[in-house]
Amino acid sequence: MQKNSNLSVLVKGLLLENPVFVLVLGTCPTLATTQTVIGAFAMGLAAMAVLICSNVVISLLRKVIPDTVRIPCYIVIIAGFVTIVQMFMHAYLPELYDLLGVYLALITVNCIILGRAEMFASKNSVARSALDGVGMGLGFTLALLSMAVIREVFGAGSFAGIAIPFIKDHTIDILTQAPGGLLVYGLLIFAVTALTHGKAPKKKSFGCEGCPSAGNCMSCTGKEEN
Amino acid sequence: MGKLHISVSPHLHSGRSTQGIMRDVVFSLLPATAAGIALFGLSAVWVVLTCVFTAVLSEALFNFIIKKEQTVGDWSAVVTGLLLALNLPANIPLWQAVIGTVFAIVIVKCFFGGIGCNVVNPAITGRVFMLIAFGSMAQAAFPVDSTAAATPLVQLGEGTVPDLLELFLGKCGGSIGETSVLALLIGFIYLLVRKVISWHLPVVYIGTVFLFTFAVQGDLTVALAYILSGGLFLGAIFMATDYVTSPATPAGKLIFGLGAGIITVLIRLWGNYPEGVSFAILLMNILNPYIEAWTPRKVFGGKKA
Repeated sequence: MQKNSNLSVLVKGLLLENPVFVLVLGTCPTLATTQTVIGAFAMGLAAMAVLICSNVVISLLRKVIPDTVRIPCYIVIIAGFVTIVQMFMHAYLPELYDLLGVYLALITVNCIILGRAEMFASKNSVARSALDGVGMGLGFTLALLSMAVIREVFGAGSFAGIAIPFIKDHTIDILTQAPGGLLVYGLLIFAVTALTHGKAPKKKSFGCEGCPSAGNCMSCTGKEEN
Repeated sequence: MGKLHISVSPHLHSGRSTQGIMRDVVFSLLPATAAGIALFGLSAVWVVLTCVFTAVLSEALFNFIIKKEQTVGDWSAVVTGLLLALNLPANIPLWQAVIGTVFAIVIVKCFFGGIGCNVVNPAITGRVFMLIAFGSMAQAAFPVDSTAAATPLVQLGEGTVPDLLELFLGKCGGSIGETSVLALLIGFIYLLVRKVISWHLPVVYIGTVFLFTFAVQGDLTVALAYILSGGLFLGAIFMATDYVTSPATPAGKLIFGLGAGIITVLIRLWGNYPEGVSFAILLMNILNPYIEAWTPRKVFGGKKA
């Protein structure tokens, strides 16, 4: 597989550059919305919708947005799409809207979306940015789901709200709480690192590019701060 | 022919090994184990066997899987398993004991690099994990012939003072190894005689709890009942003194004991949990690097500080 082929842009988000387990972005919704499978799935889809739309628009405008105020511009675009998703869910899926609560609005400041805008959409064509959005969105959803399945099945003894016989009498309550979330998160990072051993990008190879604030950081750009 | 070791000085060796020390700790825990089995019956035996077996097996498997040098022979996994078992109520479901032990050995100890590299005591962290993870930890087991319906600390919280002699002998509810202060003291004396631990930490820890409780409650019997109840002696003698996670100098041990004592009383008297020993030791474990930095060891032959 060629490094920059369209297929690799789509697929790399799933595992090799999984936004949650490899790039370690968007940890807040990852920990907060993975107590239940349904919540995690909804969060993943909502974030994916915002990610694809914002990637496309930011890529379209990448030559128009002045470099110095790009972050506020990205945030305005992202916040616009988040509001659309939020209103849509409020109108048609009120139960999910209540379940996700404040975390739905917080998609605006989700590092994955801003990170992909900065790392990818601002430098690539519209089609590739859309593919990147799909890949990263799927990777995010997959990561949330895998965490939620572990946490809900073993922590609450149910899957998507349906109780599982036997396991429901042998639950490990800590998994549904915050410390359990961190524990499962750490173990899954460990598993993904073991799976992609030697293939995942090393810290150096995505170095400053992987950092959302790279453009403002003196040590990366060499530019004086103004 | 033996391997030739090249190392920096000092070359003097006391002849003590990790293995020997750990075996001494196991021996010193035997009275408490025996007392626990005598008090709580056969179910205690199963919990102890499950924990020790799981501890040894999970460390061996972990080292095998990551192709690390096998360290099971140093007995430290046995100590962790045994200590964790003594910290559990006898009626705990065995599958929960297995999960707690695997957590203590694999996540707390092996992930951080094995013996000597863990930042917190595996057994105490395993206990805290199980306390948060499983509701059944809150329901203490009671001795076979006991009529009490609450653990001594719960009774004290409600204002009744349990019989001091019964507390000393361990005829009260609680974890397998924590109730019999007499058996724990026998182990303490053994450790002191074998020079495995020094007296500083346990004595300061228990003394702080006694004085602080006495200052707040203003009654000698109540203060005595408080130090004889719960896991204080087990924690102070066997878990707070873990080499890896407690200070090496006497001054550091005093600070550690003082801090652990204060936290224990704060949790016992004003906290949500009836018992605070495991949380206190865990918190002081985390502070340990700072205590070590404040109380550096004087280098033999070095300049006066």
